[in-house]
Amino acid sequence: MPKLLIRNGRVIDPANGIDRVADVLLAGDIIRGVGDNLPSRGAEVFDATGLIVAPGFIDMHVHLREPGFESSETIESGSRAAAVGGFTSVCCMPNTNPVNDTPHLTRYIIERARAVAKVNVFPIGAITKGSAGEELASIGAMQAAGTVAISDDGRPVMNSRVMRRAMEIASSFDILVIDHCEDLNLSAGGDMHEGKASLRYGLRGIPACSEDVMVARDILLAEVTGARYHVAHLSTKNAIAMVAEAKRRGLRVTCEVTPHHFAIHDMEIIPYDSNFKMKPPIRCSHDVEAMIEGIKAGVIDAIATDHAPHSVTDKMQEFERCPFGILGLETAIGISLERLVHAGHISINRMIELFTTGPAGVLKLNRGSLSPGLPADVTILDPNSKWTYDVNKSPSKSRNSPYDGHTFTGRAVATIVSGELVWQA
Amino acid sequence: MTKGLLDIEALDRPEIESLLQRAKDFQPLQQMREKRLDLLDGRLVVNLFFEPSTRTRISFEIAAKRLGADALSITAQGTSVSKGETLLDTVSTLSAMRPDVIVMRHAASGAPHFLARHLPIPIINAGDGQHEHPTQALLDARTILDNRPSLEGLRVAIIGDILHSRVARSNIHLLSKFGVDLVLCGPAPLVPQELKALAPGVSITYDIKEALRNTDIIMMLRVQLERQNETNFPAGEYSRFYGLRAENLALAKPDAIVMHPGPMNRGREISTEVADSSRSVILSQVENGIAVRMAVLERVLQ
Repeated sequence: MPKLLIRNGRVIDPANGIDRVADVLLAGDIIRGVGDNLPSRGAEVFDATGLIVAPGFIDMHVHLREPGFESSETIESGSRAAAVGGFTSVCCMPNTNPVNDTPHLTRYIIERARAVAKVNVFPIGAITKGSAGEELASIGAMQAAGTVAISDDGRPVMNSRVMRRAMEIASSFDILVIDHCEDLNLSAGGDMHEGKASLRYGLRGIPACSEDVMVARDILLAEVTGARYHVAHLSTKNAIAMVAEAKRRGLRVTCEVTPHHFAIHDMEIIPYDSNFKMKPPIRCSHDVEAMIEGIKAGVIDAIATDHAPHSVTDKMQEFERCPFGILGLETAIGISLERLVHAGHISINRMIELFTTGPAGVLKLNRGSLSPGLPADVTILDPNSKWTYDVNKSPSKSRNSPYDGHTFTGRAVATIVSGELVWQA
Repeated sequence: MTKGLLDIEALDRPEIESLLQRAKDFQPLQQMREKRLDLLDGRLVVNLFFEPSTRTRISFEIAAKRLGADALSITAQGTSVSKGETLLDTVSTLSAMRPDVIVMRHAASGAPHFLARHLPIPIINAGDGQHEHPTQALLDARTILDNRPSLEGLRVAIIGDILHSRVARSNIHLLSKFGVDLVLCGPAPLVPQELKALAPGVSITYDIKEALRNTDIIMMLRVQLERQNETNFPAGEYSRFYGLRAENLALAKPDAIVMHPGPMNRGREISTEVADSSRSVILSQVENGIAVRMAVLERVLQ
């Protein structure tokens, strides 16, 4: 059995309360243990002196576009971008073509990932058939096939009765319900956050209240149904206050935030540049502050990228014609270090939680720590190395990132999946 | 102005002043028998209109011809746009034929800004979506200055659908740069409070009487029914609360002037009586459009 000894790094394993210089031994695809001066006999050695050794990072919200939109991304290309970005596991949203609304498609994605993916891929299934918001998908059968959560991401379930039934079913199967919270009537026609910037640029607004009213509805339904409910890419001050209140009341409500929602506000975007167009939109400065406060206060459970590749052709258009979404996998750690850790808001330990135990706990995945016996997924970070993101060198098939040319401080320097070094800087 | 004219917001006060001054030089020409100069002899101006427009397109065309340039107008319906070509491809194809400037109207806000980022040819924005219509604001300022010694300290009321109006945005930016006291008025969904942050000197009221009281200049906006595929206000009571009529016009200064970018909806936002009164400068606006566009074309092509 091949062994890999990661020697002399600063091991940060929040789940086990470890933060000290130590060795990590991987045997085959399993973590053997964390210890001092572990024997290197028969093992390949990775010298991690001066680096941080963490459990493998998990991105619980990506779009891999396969099947159906392979010109934008594939399971193979997206998983390589994940590896470069330091992620060992990603959860892929079901808005493919066809929509992942059957156990058959779930199995297809899992098998395809097993064949071509550099990292672990966990499919998220649809809530309703075709994500059309009407008839419930085969939730239990998809879960049995390997779906780790359900969501109609991007096409939120507008009918509250359907959402209630979905939550009742999800609760009975103990599967997580993830909602992209957007009242489509309030946001209709909108291209960016409704506020001073949208008025200045003459662009139609997506108001913060379009997110807030859905978060409010969903939390009430989660209370009625007892479902485990998760707010995807939360972006507003009011929404986070409602999640905090739901948690205080003991509801099983969690949330994630994307790096761009805690890093950029609407007055900073380059006008009419589609690399700043996504849903939810870049919000205003008080929302950005609320995201950072939510991270500090522990209201936010996970950082997720909402990696949403779109081809250059689709993004090189009039702003209002461009599709929503930006790349995120390769820049998430850099942005988080810059905006959260180096900016002094949180420790690197807390940041690691948001990428490991946080999402693993939300999804009930038996990952996100360096406990012996767990899959040998490890992310090795250099929090201080300077590097510049060149989107043209990205393994993603798309180029839609607002961070092209940005110089970051700190990144993942090695990504180990199931004991195998899948990427090294 | 280095390249083209995309919006008023990016212009500074001296640039605007010099354009308005130059337009004044061109005003007498409009009354002469021989109207053609040779300042832009041999240059080619392409008017590329992706939205239907009569007055702006013709005004640019006449302005170009009066400067001696060749002018070509293309209305985008029935061209490669309908064959699925992207905007960038359409315009870069056109610019390969070496016109000297493209005058463009497009329904998408920021479309000319997007093109200007990717193409070297100068672009003059003849109206982009709900964003700006810079030559309209310049011709409005020229018209005000024909009736007042300066813009400084004037009180200007802009009344109607501000939210969707590129004319309003360009006028707000221009007039604010000259210290005008701007009052915006219209139904609340069409006049959001955040507009106050657009430029210094902007205030908002939902009461047309308050907007008109003591005002020097009244700019009525077309209620753009073609943009209203949703319920933004009770349509049946629009003119009762936001229409300009002789009796509420009386609240303005005795020499106040009434402006409208056209096309007007008589009986909706403006009564026929007011539109045709001596207070109305609506046709002067149209006439000044040519002089102002001559100044802009000359500046861009110099």
